[in-house]
Amino acid sequence: MAFKPLSRRGFLQGSAALAGLASLGTLPGMARAQALTEMTVGFIYVGPKDDFGYNQAHAEGAAAVKAIPGVTVVEEENVPETVDVQKSMESMINFDGAKLLFPTSFGYFDPHILTLAKTYPDVRFEHAGGMWQADKHPMNVGSYFGYIGMGQYLNGITAGHASKTKKIGFVAAKPIPQVLLNINSFLLGARAVDPAITCQVIFTGEWSMAVKEAEATNALADAGCDVITCHVDGPKVVIETAAGRGCYVCGYHADQSSLAPELYLTGAEWNWAKVYTDMVTAMMSGETIPNFVRGGLAEGFIKMSPLGPAVTEASKAQFEATRDAILLGGFAVIKGPLKDNLGNVIAAEGQSFVETDVALESMNYLVEGVIGSIS
Amino acid sequence: MTTFARTTGGDALVALARRAEAVAIPLGALLVGLAVFGLFLLTQGKSPVAFFGYVWQAGFGSAFSWQNTLSRTAPLLFAALCVALPARLGLVVIGGEGAIVLGGVAVGALGVALAGTSPVLALPLMAAAGIAVGAVWIGAVGALRYYRGVNETIASLLMAYIAIALMNHLVEGPLRDPASLNKPSTAPLVDALRVGPLPGMEVHWGLPVGILCCILAWVLIDRTTWGFAARIAGGNVRAAQVQGLPVGRLILGFTALGGSFAGLAGFFEVTAVQGSANASLASGYGYTGILIAFLARHNPLAIIPVAILLAGFEASSGLVQRRMDLPDATVLVLQGFVFIAILLSDTLYGRLKIFTPERWGRG
Repeated sequence: MAFKPLSRRGFLQGSAALAGLASLGTLPGMARAQALTEMTVGFIYVGPKDDFGYNQAHAEGAAAVKAIPGVTVVEEENVPETVDVQKSMESMINFDGAKLLFPTSFGYFDPHILTLAKTYPDVRFEHAGGMWQADKHPMNVGSYFGYIGMGQYLNGITAGHASKTKKIGFVAAKPIPQVLLNINSFLLGARAVDPAITCQVIFTGEWSMAVKEAEATNALADAGCDVITCHVDGPKVVIETAAGRGCYVCGYHADQSSLAPELYLTGAEWNWAKVYTDMVTAMMSGETIPNFVRGGLAEGFIKMSPLGPAVTEASKAQFEATRDAILLGGFAVIKGPLKDNLGNVIAAEGQSFVETDVALESMNYLVEGVIGSIS
Repeated sequence: MTTFARTTGGDALVALARRAEAVAIPLGALLVGLAVFGLFLLTQGKSPVAFFGYVWQAGFGSAFSWQNTLSRTAPLLFAALCVALPARLGLVVIGGEGAIVLGGVAVGALGVALAGTSPVLALPLMAAAGIAVGAVWIGAVGALRYYRGVNETIASLLMAYIAIALMNHLVEGPLRDPASLNKPSTAPLVDALRVGPLPGMEVHWGLPVGILCCILAWVLIDRTTWGFAARIAGGNVRAAQVQGLPVGRLILGFTALGGSFAGLAGFFEVTAVQGSANASLASGYGYTGILIAFLARHNPLAIIPVAILLAGFEASSGLVQRRMDLPDATVLVLQGFVFIAILLSDTLYGRLKIFTPERWGRG
């Protein structure tokens, strides 16, 4: 290309830089943004916001933000990870004056949020699960996530007590690190009750594919699994199908106890209400939100569903003791001696990976006792 | 014909009446569809006036709205061509999604291999790879139809599922960038191999290329013997065979050409939007393309305004959700009403006296 015409993006960047220079000249020392009395916050979901799962968990967070005085919340559901989400974000900025955006699907981060963040440097973009890095990514982008694998470990403890066949099942979307950590944690929780328990996993290959999820659940029930959980975007189908087969169920993402009141043991839930309320309040009062935020049970990022009626006293006691241990911090689910299900050593005797260990975020194995394969 | 025309007011008027029918009936059907949707909104206690106001504001009412609409148009043009071209032969191909997805994977994989090569050489090669894979994928649907008598509608739909599964396998397995942990993708393309926006706009080059493809497809169908032969075969295969037309080659050629356009959509999604091939390629453009091709009555020129209109509907979906508290499915309901109205309007061709010079003389 011989010449570089003045694009809208270039113009905006230029004007933003000029505005920045001007404010430096006239208002020296004003590093903190001003406190705000009114703010519009946008939430974007990849699926329906009443999916009993990933999107509902975020929408419940958005509902909590609505209660903050002076905050207007705008939402959009079913937005694909294409140019669509870029335009949805821009539409919220241009038509609604949104200053803080929560585009909540993992796939929105690269390239979509990163592209928009450069065009709109005065808008804050907060993304769930993304890996913000100071040397690569803009400062008006932040990423946050929670150690929900701990919740699956607690799920596993109730599953270990409830299972009679000593076989539990997991319906999983894709063999990516976040999902593998959940599967491994679920089994290791159950093995903390009885080391003979095995966990069969079936990958559906899609984040949201009701038919395959139902088939996988039925296949697990046919194989003798009597406690089933999952990691897909909307656990509704898995929970209802499993309960219909008489299996106990553990929830994920959001509270699904209303779908199977008798057979629901507990569930690992996101507590985005706390995370989002904190972030919005911080931005309203002019504070800077850190660009990289992580938290677990102790920080209130995740929570457990109330224990169901099928949970025994022994189960409850072990659940609560383990939960209290996790709340102290430094708890490790992946600890030696531990092998993967191909016989390779994952952790030697005495070696452990605590919940905050970044090595867990690139997990690529299923632990011994998980029946299934990631390739 | 000429004697008849003389008695009824001249060739020009006859020609005008015939042309007007092709525009007026779909336009009327569109308006009826929108009106019925307005009634539907009233039953839900929502204002149709407000709804169409937001559609205008978010889809067409400002420079930003136009950028929004046109950004969404490019893949729809290609996807609609993948339906419209085989349709001229009477084939209903609804699996363009598969060609988009696999075309995109081919482009992403080749782009990784060609990193460091001059874009002047690499980009055409990548586009050719997308086109070739799309052509083979939908061409195979044509071949199954011609050689084995397999229904092309079912075959293309099922092959789209296979394509998506194959794409998932490839980007999660052999072609995966080890650094893409939680969203398996091919390695990101280097900046030199990215297709940028049009000068002064945010709309990428897929839009002018898509419009050009629509025009070329129209020339092919309306102005060449190949297109004429295809229309004959589409009308009656036996008659075409009796006339000695190469029906087999026509079917293979038109399905492959349709697939190559879909492959080009994959090329632009990867090089202009995503920057790598991953599961986001399967985002339903192929299915929206079916609707557009039918609304355009498989006329490649009509695809352009129809694609822009539907892109405008989709661009406004967000504002409608936010301002009127209507679910995302609202725009799907709207598309459904319009689709049914257009299908029903098919029965009106040749029945409305004003457009039918043959009937002007009779009382």
